[in-house]
Amino acid sequence: MATNNGLNASELRDSLQKLATREGIRSWDLGAACSDDCSVQVDRGEAKQLKASQRSSITVRVWNNDGLVGITSTTDLSDPGLEQALVGAHEASRFGNPDDIPHFSPLAKAPLPELNRPLKERRGILPLLETLREAEADLLSRHPSIQTVPYNGLAESLSQSLYLNSDGALREMQRTQASLYLYARAEETGRKPRSGGALRLGLGSAELDIAGCVDEAVVRTVSHLAYQPIETGTYNVCFTPEAFLSLLGAFSSMFNARSVLDGVSLSKRESIDESLAVPFLSLHDDGLHPGHISAAAFDGEGTPTNNLCLIDRGKLKSFLHSEATARAFNVKPTGHAGLGAKVSVGPDWFVLSTSEGCSSGNNLDQSTEKDTFVLIEDLSALHAGVKATQGSFSLPFDGWLVKGGERISVEAATVAGDIRTVLNSILHLETNCEITHRGVSPHVWVEGLSITGEA
Amino acid sequence: MTDVFSNQWRDLLETLLNRGARAGSDLVEVFLERTNHVGVLAEQDQITSVNPSFAKGAGLRVFLGGRDGFVSTNDLSQEGLTRALDQALAMLGLEVQSLSSSADRFNGLNSLIDHGDTKNDWLNRCPTLVSASQRLLEGTSELDRIGQHLQVRRGSYSRDWQEVLVAASDGTFARDIRLHQSTGLSVLAADGDHRSSVGRRYGSTDRPDDLLQWNVETSAAEVCQSAGTMLRAEYVDAGQMPVVLANRFGGVIFHEACGHLLETTQIERGTTPFADQVGSLIAHPSVTAVDEGLSGGSFGSLSMDDEGMEPQRTVLIKDGVLQRFISDRAGELRTGHQRTGSGRRQSHAYAAASRMRNTFIAAGPHKPKDLLASVDRGLYCKAMGGGSVGPTGQFNFSVEEGYLIEDGQLTKPVKGATLIGDAKEVMPRISMCADDLELAAGFCGSVSGSVFVTVGQPHIKVDSITVGGR
Repeated sequence: MATNNGLNASELRDSLQKLATREGIRSWDLGAACSDDCSVQVDRGEAKQLKASQRSSITVRVWNNDGLVGITSTTDLSDPGLEQALVGAHEASRFGNPDDIPHFSPLAKAPLPELNRPLKERRGILPLLETLREAEADLLSRHPSIQTVPYNGLAESLSQSLYLNSDGALREMQRTQASLYLYARAEETGRKPRSGGALRLGLGSAELDIAGCVDEAVVRTVSHLAYQPIETGTYNVCFTPEAFLSLLGAFSSMFNARSVLDGVSLSKRESIDESLAVPFLSLHDDGLHPGHISAAAFDGEGTPTNNLCLIDRGKLKSFLHSEATARAFNVKPTGHAGLGAKVSVGPDWFVLSTSEGCSSGNNLDQSTEKDTFVLIEDLSALHAGVKATQGSFSLPFDGWLVKGGERISVEAATVAGDIRTVLNSILHLETNCEITHRGVSPHVWVEGLSITGEA
Repeated sequence: MTDVFSNQWRDLLETLLNRGARAGSDLVEVFLERTNHVGVLAEQDQITSVNPSFAKGAGLRVFLGGRDGFVSTNDLSQEGLTRALDQALAMLGLEVQSLSSSADRFNGLNSLIDHGDTKNDWLNRCPTLVSASQRLLEGTSELDRIGQHLQVRRGSYSRDWQEVLVAASDGTFARDIRLHQSTGLSVLAADGDHRSSVGRRYGSTDRPDDLLQWNVETSAAEVCQSAGTMLRAEYVDAGQMPVVLANRFGGVIFHEACGHLLETTQIERGTTPFADQVGSLIAHPSVTAVDEGLSGGSFGSLSMDDEGMEPQRTVLIKDGVLQRFISDRAGELRTGHQRTGSGRRQSHAYAAASRMRNTFIAAGPHKPKDLLASVDRGLYCKAMGGGSVGPTGQFNFSVEEGYLIEDGQLTKPVKGATLIGDAKEVMPRISMCADDLELAAGFCGSVSGSVFVTVGQPHIKVDSITVGGR
């Protein structure tokens, strides 16, 4: 079913239908993925590890005669593997939850949006190695304090995914993707080592902005060499687009209908149309955005991806939905589902902006502001320092104390707060929106956050 | 070829290894894997998700000089494995067309060392879905019985069964069956604007009947007590202060602050300050630290590592002096530190790397109350969350359940604390170790994926550390 050329949807469907008929299963669906990847790492000009993989997997979901759902995943796409998965799913269906039965998405056969993501030629591992060697050498030559690039990698992949169901839905998608990351380490005599890095994504390795990645990694690393401790206290904070999107992403359960139904979201069913943020803030989840390299035209249930408004003028307008949560809320699924016995829901690509026709009343600009503030470039340890169910966070960060326009790199500090307070304490969203690998956002100014340093 | 890994694979594996040797590689390693996983989730008083999954695959690694090429595949046919091997060889510029006649580079596989021969029935001895579901529902029911203000009650069970076969052109030929099970309870308590979320996980290795032995009442009581205490806790006042860390999962401080920096992968990357410090005092003389794969039933225990080597007990630090590093095959090749049976990987999709197993600070002479009594004003960390360490040795981890220490006594509970620091500075500040060493199960994510580990320690006192909060 999976060959060197990828998955064969028709063969998969025929095989599964035959097995399902034999087992007396009338309704089933299937998600499958297949990928062919390679990546390289270097260490001071020498190839360190070269990697390649061919992976395939399927997830089969079946409805038994009582209407209950079971699911099984396998990496074995042979006929015996498929049989094992189908029989396993049938057995698991005995444990299906009668109070929360997923159905096929009503949009699983709806037209898909156009996605302009042409497949790019893969160059192969040895050209990747040469490119990465050159990038590393370039980076190492830029500053005497940069002696290693301990985390680096250049990768390219071809992946295929599909969704099928016994009702005749068939979704299929192929994409290529490439990534480059360079995280350098710099050290000066008698001072602590500092690090910084950059990441670039592209549809193919030939179109990656390698020079831009090197430049950014150098600037980020070198700019932190002259660090100083920061005094513990309360500061106005400006988040870079990447930092704010990572914070928002850690609290995405606010927008997640599954989390709302499960009682683990800060939002409730009745939160729609309530004020969640300052009125000049709008937030969309736009999985089709041209800057989203990994865009997919459909989700795990086959529902088309679309541009969904989550916050308009500070008010919560919609949740992210699977088929089951959409049915519970009497709305349409939004194209954010996985595939499971209990279907997960997640965001695709946040786009944060100033609401049309609204103003913060401020004109703050992190590049020219003279009053003291903290510029947060990157947040760490979100998996540990965020309490999504409580709204609180306490996170280490990389950034600067900016005084009179002068930037002083901050040594070892944390920022703490509550996401609801943050969203309602936003002073200003700068004009220029940046496309990052996490989404789109301007620099975001927030009033009065707790910063803890060593001083 | 049979699915079950056995001596029947010898001929095929020898053919592959001979092919790799004749192409001019220094060493070829083949890792075969089959897994059978199930996850069960109970919410409130219902089973809401049962997720079985099966996987099989191979990871093939070829060494040449200081480099290695690694290819993973789900295709275990002879054609699939040969294709993967040839791809790995080609990465290093080795071509099968130029096969040399140097057959002496590979002298055949040794006799199979089968660590799994007494474990073949373990999968069948594990709890059925019915009994696992029933146990979880007992757990959520007990939470309901004793908890207050509980908005969400969850129980989860995970069973990971794995069969592996490792063969390498140095003759290594070994098989094992691993069984990891974990059970967790978690709650979200809510009362008006006050909220607390608390979870605890219990894990074991190689104990098929572990779930049946699970003490539901004790686990539920621990979770409910913590959630109740933290529900109205105030945010911690941030700053520099002395900290006492509880035993068991408090060991995450050593895991993050120092353990990762003693893996040879960190020497290879140039990211450990301890690279040339063997024999030097790097921690307070009260600190002795060990990493081993031998503690019976502990989550990080192994019969063999993922390179086929039996694990050693590795004393990392003795009385504050660095003794040695945790090393795998590539680490030994590239850094000269001898292998310690620490080559670990999440699955066939990852090349093995030097990774911690059961890692702990050894017990000291003090009583826990002595540590508290020595602090005028500080923080007691009873339960820890996750943590991480960066490329400069800066570590951080969150405190799930904390209390103020005032005049040597525990006083009010506090929340929202994050500890940050630098290994080189913090290790000398661990000045007191108590006599109550205990281990706790966890997962560690790093270069070779997520692996089962235990962390552990007795109660310890850190003289000064940065506590982030509000």
